[in-house]
Amino acid sequence: MERVYSQSGDRIESRLPVIVHRYGPFTRANHWLTAACLILLLISGLGFFHPWLYFLTDLFGGGQTARVVHPWIGVVLFVSFLGLFFRMVRLNLPRREDAVWIENVREVVAGKEEDLPELGKYNAGQKFVFWAMTVLIIVLIVTGFMMWQRYFDGLVTIQVRRIATMVHAIAAVLIILTWILHVYAAIWTRGTLRAMTRGTVTGGWAWRHHRKWLRELARLDRKGPAE
Amino acid sequence: MTTAPEPLTAASNPPVEPLESNLLPSDVIRRSATTDLPEPTRQLTKVAKLIDVSRCIGCKACQSACIEWNDTHPAIEENVGSYTNPHDLTPEMFTLMRFTEWENPETNNLEWLIRKDGCMHCEDPGCLKACPAPGAIVQYSNGIVDFIHENCIGCGYCISGCPFDIPRISKVTNVAYKCTLCVDRVAVGQGPACAKACPTECITFGPKEEMQAFAEERIAELKTRGFENAGLYDPQGVGGTHVMYVLQHADKPEIYADLPADPRISPVVEAWKGVTKTVGLAAIGVMAVGAALHGFFGRPNEVTGRDREEAQRLVDEERP
Repeated sequence: MERVYSQSGDRIESRLPVIVHRYGPFTRANHWLTAACLILLLISGLGFFHPWLYFLTDLFGGGQTARVVHPWIGVVLFVSFLGLFFRMVRLNLPRREDAVWIENVREVVAGKEEDLPELGKYNAGQKFVFWAMTVLIIVLIVTGFMMWQRYFDGLVTIQVRRIATMVHAIAAVLIILTWILHVYAAIWTRGTLRAMTRGTVTGGWAWRHHRKWLRELARLDRKGPAE
Repeated sequence: MTTAPEPLTAASNPPVEPLESNLLPSDVIRRSATTDLPEPTRQLTKVAKLIDVSRCIGCKACQSACIEWNDTHPAIEENVGSYTNPHDLTPEMFTLMRFTEWENPETNNLEWLIRKDGCMHCEDPGCLKACPAPGAIVQYSNGIVDFIHENCIGCGYCISGCPFDIPRISKVTNVAYKCTLCVDRVAVGQGPACAKACPTECITFGPKEEMQAFAEERIAELKTRGFENAGLYDPQGVGGTHVMYVLQHADKPEIYADLPADPRISPVVEAWKGVTKTVGLAAIGVMAVGAALHGFFGRPNEVTGRDREEAQRLVDEERP
């Protein structure tokens, strides 16, 4: 049976109680490496963004060191995120039920998901985070190279560099907003964090939030240990 | 020790006895990435360096004097087909004579335009506005803009900020360099090294008002010699500069190795350092506080007993 709503590796881990395997160790390590890079970039970058926050560069040993490491961490993040991107892109492609979900996003925020369509592994909000991160990371790395004084100082004209710097700042603000949304949604939706720590979620969580995904995994489970 | 007087002109005989600096930390009127700078207690006389391009003979004594005073070591480079040497401003070359051969379409004469390039010491310095490192760029109340290297982080934002393409970042020390207007000489009553070395009085230094008056004399003389568009280059888009040029053709500054006609801090830099910073920080703050409030006072989205039962039923049903 072909997987439509789930990733290879996703499976019902136990049936009593229902525990569902959502992320393998490689994906989790990949996620946390990306997260660590994002946080370090956020701290050093905010230090350059506003004089009030310049003290943050002290966490890296001063402005010079923060300036040195920031772009390199950016490169690591980009490569790390590529891993997440290729693993997750298929299930983050938009589907018809996403439109209904977005129309009823008020109900979602109110915690009333009962009347909404059944969803696969990701809901439209998660897909939004995925694509926002993807686009912003690309924008940040491209503009970042244009600003990387140490190695790429002649890459673009000064006027282009000015624009790149402003775009980099705006994209950075947007990615921080996306990041807050991502972290908050994971905390507010109880039972989500363990997917990225232990790698598993409860059956109740899967049924409540990603029923099509759970349904598919249950069907695969009946067929016996597939893949 | 007595305190040095404020400098008059580089041509006048400067004091020779050791003097206390007349430039105090409290004379800083702008400091990069600093929002709470104390009000200065006094206003120094605004100074300026006047470069009369029509008097320049291209001897490069100014470059040599600059190298000597600042103890820089520009690399020996290749000939790039022009007397301009080195090929560009570098972290080791704060001032550069740019040679342009220009054919005057009105007279068919070949004019050799030699402009001594370097920091213009803007009244409204773009480098200082763009700089993210507190205290890496300062402006004194006499108008001198100076880079304080121990505070510089080498990010290159000053390059984006500068309307004249002046700052250069060293690949060795990773900090930015440019003409200091010999702030260390001016502080003890001397004029800039380049002005002192100039054999034709093409470069003069003193109070800005006096330099403007002197420029007027020079311009009047140039006009009598047929340079009817002679004029002073003191661009108001950056609030005026503390390095000014007398140009034979002030109506076309671009012919002097691309001297900008109307330099100003790029609107992109203004927007980046202005609205982007304020709105960006506010948006992040609102989002973070909003999330925290929703977290404390809102109801979390929790899995119910019914969800668990339904999940169990679903999994069991799908099993044979």
